Amino acid sequence: MSAPVVSIRNLSHAFGQLTVLHELSLDIKPGEYVVLLGPSGSGKTTLLSILGGFLEPSAGRVLIDGRDCTRMPPAKRPTTTVFQDYALFPHMSVGANVAFGLRMNGIAKAERVDLARGTLALVGLEQAFDKKPHQLSGGQRQRVALARALVMKPKLLLLDEPLGALDLGLRRQMQDELKAIQKRVGTAFVHVTHDQEEAMALADLLLVMQDGRIVDQGDPERVYTQPSSRFSATFMGENTLVDAEVVEVAGSTATVRTAFGTLKLDRPQARPGKAVLTVRPENMRLGTAHSGKVSFGDGTVAESVFQGSYRKAVVRTDSRQEIVLKLAVDQPISKGERVALHADPRHVGLLQE
Amino acid sequence: MKRLLDLAAGLYALVAYGFIYLPIAVLVLFSFQASRFPLPPFTGPSLRWYGEVLGDSKFTGAMLNSVVVGFVSSAAAVLLGFLAAYGCARMKGRFGSAVRALLIAPLSVSYLIIGMGLVVLFNWTGIPKSLLAVGIGHVVINLPLCFAILYSQMSDNIIRLEQAARDLGAREWQVLALVVAPVLWPALLASFVLSLTLSWDEFLIAFLLTRFETTLPVEIWTLLRSGLNPKANAIGSLVFGISILMVVLAELAIFGKGRKKS
Repeated sequence: MSAPVVSIRNLSHAFGQLTVLHELSLDIKPGEYVVLLGPSGSGKTTLLSILGGFLEPSAGRVLIDGRDCTRMPPAKRPTTTVFQDYALFPHMSVGANVAFGLRMNGIAKAERVDLARGTLALVGLEQAFDKKPHQLSGGQRQRVALARALVMKPKLLLLDEPLGALDLGLRRQMQDELKAIQKRVGTAFVHVTHDQEEAMALADLLLVMQDGRIVDQGDPERVYTQPSSRFSATFMGENTLVDAEVVEVAGSTATVRTAFGTLKLDRPQARPGKAVLTVRPENMRLGTAHSGKVSFGDGTVAESVFQGSYRKAVVRTDSRQEIVLKLAVDQPISKGERVALHADPRHVGLLQE
Repeated sequence: MKRLLDLAAGLYALVAYGFIYLPIAVLVLFSFQASRFPLPPFTGPSLRWYGEVLGDSKFTGAMLNSVVVGFVSSAAAVLLGFLAAYGCARMKGRFGSAVRALLIAPLSVSYLIIGMGLVVLFNWTGIPKSLLAVGIGHVVINLPLCFAILYSQMSDNIIRLEQAARDLGAREWQVLALVVAPVLWPALLASFVLSLTLSWDEFLIAFLLTRFETTLPVEIWTLLRSGLNPKANAIGSLVFGISILMVVLAELAIFGKGRKKS
């Protein structure tokens, strides 16, 4: 286990009376792709600005590569930023844009031209060296901004909604390229977005933020299927939430009482008390639960709608709970039909706040 | 009925444009007069008076003075206005708006008041009436204008470009010289040409602050005091022509750039 490249300790920030970050602590490992996901006003951009040195936090410390950078200006930090609107210098050629940071650091012309060309090749734009930014498409500009930041060999690269200005198709394509480039250079990335699909596709470590706090963090798959906060359960896509109560924890088995009956889940960290069960619509299955599955009881189909790539069904259970299902399109199901519901225990989240 | 209205509108336009341009047209026409008075009948065309003006060292000297005062004072006004706008774009809150208001307010003070103030101040501080004094006066009147133009161009976009430059290791003077100034180049040129035009035409302050060496508008005034003279028409036409040239250059600088971008 290597030392973290970034350590954030008890970081708080307030704009006047308004506190936007609350006592945040976080470690980022070298080479990790971290995504900050949250709605606007959740503090994700503020956190990024503090990491980049554009804002001084009200309290707390930021260590980058072992050095205290809390009050260090952006130029002195081993970080570079890819700005939301790219902030390319419009009067300079693409090559001059990419070489700008090297020039500011006194690198000789021949060397910086070589390095700039190499980095442009890395992002697939070596032929654009002599062009002006306004001659490029949005996606190409985005790559120039990335090259301009990468050429500085930062310990940490910050990206502020880097794909926000692109249309959907291009965004998905750029997102794959971004991930590939990150793996190739091995630099730790911190990427801010409010697009959950983008976040899940890119993140090694996904941080869900709400009101200046990290409300969930971890592997994106875990955060998606077994969210650890009500906010992350509902912010990212559709979810069914069922009130429950943990009545007993014996060894690693938690006994949970719900309106559908009592069920047993393998959750060693559970504690007795109120809880919420979460199941994603695509993980809810039709049919009687056989061994090892979790039953959600019987119910009546209230709605069945063809949605193109899937069929959406709403089942009203006999315990008066509405459960949403995403089913295969060819699954025969019609309104008024009686069905039984179950899910794999690995797909059931247990929320305790 | 409609045709009648169209005719009336056309007539109105003709009168309106005549009202604006007739004095200039008459001025230019009689600068080509061959005889001694710029009055009908027109006896030209002749370049006699242009020859006299360009052969008279009093006028060519005054013209040169005007050019020097214009270029130096405009450059100073643009530089000071640019730095003030750059600083003010970073100032928030009530203090920032007070500083901005104080910088722009002199636009509403008449040149006569500013000129009188400068006479008193220069007298008191021992700066003699001179081209230097006029130059300072022209910086005083043009600085608020340059500031207002350049401040309006300090958008969030520029602030992000600065952030990017600093992030990449640029020092403050490098941010200014390598990023902000080149990006604002059209606005810098426009405020320079505008200052130059105003300085070139300015009479009151130049009249109050010069004695022996003087600028062209003051020289024209001296000439006109002794009555009408086609020589004055010739100088006026030259001044007008140069002003038009500067305005066209400014237009090209600003809108030419805009066209290239789109």
